[in-house]
Amino acid sequence: MVITKEDVLKVIDKIVEVIRENKEYLTELDSAIGDADHGINMDRGFEAVKQKLATIPENSDIGTILKTVGMTLVSTVGGASGPLYGTAFMRAGQAVQGKTELTEEDVVKIFEAALQGIKDRGKAQAGDKTMIDSIEPAYKALKESLENNIALPEALKRAVNAAKEGMEYTKNISARKGRASYLGERSIGHIDPGATSSYLMIKALADVINLL
Amino acid sequence: MVGIVLVSHSRKIVEGVFELVNQMTRGKVPIGIAGGTPDGRLGTDAAEIVEQVKKVDRGEGVVVLVDIGSAVMSAQTAVELLGEEYEGKVKIADAPLVEGAVAAAVEASIGSDFEKVLTVAEEAKKMNKL
Repeated sequence: MVITKEDVLKVIDKIVEVIRENKEYLTELDSAIGDADHGINMDRGFEAVKQKLATIPENSDIGTILKTVGMTLVSTVGGASGPLYGTAFMRAGQAVQGKTELTEEDVVKIFEAALQGIKDRGKAQAGDKTMIDSIEPAYKALKESLENNIALPEALKRAVNAAKEGMEYTKNISARKGRASYLGERSIGHIDPGATSSYLMIKALADVINLL
Repeated sequence: MVGIVLVSHSRKIVEGVFELVNQMTRGKVPIGIAGGTPDGRLGTDAAEIVEQVKKVDRGEGVVVLVDIGSAVMSAQTAVELLGEEYEGKVKIADAPLVEGAVAAAVEASIGSDFEKVLTVAEEAKKMNKL
């Protein structure tokens, strides 16, 4: 399966839409254990992404598009998710620099680079109640499915399920990173907003690819 | 002279620290501030930090002081974005924002080099108050 530049732009549009739809929900999750700005911040950031992408040259490759998304996020989100998701998208862009089409392998590379970017930036690991709790299981599920010759749309569905499980798991653990870590064990019982926005983005990707 | 950049979620915090530090160094030290988002919310903007580093760079290095949360990660992102040209010339001080900024700026104002300014800023975290 080949993913075109137009498909990538569709995925980004879908992310913008899903973040917009879940703006209040993400902020509500963040008001329980953080500073109540995750939904607003993410929505501002992705709205800026949408506007920025409307102005980039027609012949931009996928690497440039993803890097532009990252640069826009680090500048406009405001909270910690700005440098985290911004770095994720910039690293993903570097991983597919110059490409105008993506293979299954490239999609894995994008996940790998994004996950590593978030780890490098946030110094968090699985189990710290962060975005990583959604993204890492999704990455592993995707990679394993593709290695077992499962087609990309189905592999992405499995990745979404793994991300969802990971996100729900954050409800049972206490936060070790970010503002929520000040609450320690009192953060147990609440789903992590970052893990939720990560899940929503992975789901947006899978939903678009499944419709192709 | 070594330059200094102050980073916080809050524009008011960095404006206040700038005012304090600038008074002590009588405007001799190039100091940049990055606080809040372009649309005026609380938050940090890595691209703005990059701009401020470039603005205060006099060729002798730039020390970045940060407060909490995304200020740290945005400053790290900015260092990454500044790339090879600035490698080793811009560093984030592992120091409290206010105390570190005062210490760094006073040190810079007497003409100390980059490593010395950075070290003095980081020593500020050991300062006993009582």
